[in-house]
Amino acid sequence: MLLAEVNGSLSAIGYGLAAIGPGIGVGIIFAAYIQSTARQPESGRITLPYVWIGFAVVEALALLGIAFGFVFK
Amino acid sequence: MVISQAFAVPRSDFPPSVKEFFPPALVDGAYPWLTKFTLLAWLAVGVIIVFYLVAYRDPKIVPGKAQWIAESLYGFTRENIAKEMIGHEGVKFAPYFTTLFSFLLLTNLFGIIPFIQISPNSHIAFPVMLAVISYVMFNYLGIRRYGFVKYMKNSLIPPAPWFILPLLIPIEFFSTFIVRPVTLSLRLFANMFAGHMILLVFTLGGFALLGADAWFLKPVSVVSWLMAVALTFLEALVIVLQSYVFVVLTSSYISGALAEEH
Repeated sequence: MLLAEVNGSLSAIGYGLAAIGPGIGVGIIFAAYIQSTARQPESGRITLPYVWIGFAVVEALALLGIAFGFVFK
Repeated sequence: MVISQAFAVPRSDFPPSVKEFFPPALVDGAYPWLTKFTLLAWLAVGVIIVFYLVAYRDPKIVPGKAQWIAESLYGFTRENIAKEMIGHEGVKFAPYFTTLFSFLLLTNLFGIIPFIQISPNSHIAFPVMLAVISYVMFNYLGIRRYGFVKYMKNSLIPPAPWFILPLLIPIEFFSTFIVRPVTLSLRLFANMFAGHMILLVFTLGGFALLGADAWFLKPVSVVSWLMAVALTFLEALVIVLQSYVFVVLTSSYISGALAEEH
């Protein structure tokens, strides 16, 4: 007897798992930025470009996950 | 009307797939060369050229609206990106950065402008070309300044003890010459692709719920459409952020190529 059936792609689950790491990483980056700005408000503008670069580099991993979810079908 | 058909919201099955990114040609038989994407790319080029020409045709000391927008965009890329990342030298790259930023911003914005609602950058070809320009640019500038051998030495050999170098040089090569252009293009592409996909999921999901057999699912479609509206605002944020990040990363690569020491 078939009680329940799941269909669709397993890559959705794979992408969910792959997004955990970059999620934590992006959180750490913004936490560090908030903390550094709270400790030294003048440094806020100086560190902002590095925040975006770091954010972009870490986020790339999650986006690679999206792209490869379609590639490795 | 051929055009109105091509620009209409595609009627499709609920789980949206990659097909949504391949609309038919605007004119029959012109498939790869005249689609919504090529039209939008040329439109963006035209709009930007005309906008900057008109805004600067008759510059005033107290700027009008168009001049103010043009000056803000240029001032922002010049002061906050070029000068901050590269230093005083960066001013000469400000025109290219402004062009790049305007083009990215406009083409990305197409993703949320009603009745257009797709960005050319959600096809990998457009981000790849922009990333290739940045890649050739920073390598060319580095080689022109230091010569090929010294540039390679600067970018591949970090100041580290000799015994760790066999490990570091391949990593540096991989990260500088392979990962950089790939991530630069893939980041923009994947953001626009995923953004469009998310909006489709919630918009078409609303229709799917409305058409569901169970009556209690029909009102839930309103929630789905409200989600789509909220995510459009998120998408607006992502659009500006990704345009900024692309230009900042390009300038950071150029500043790395021009820097004296590693």
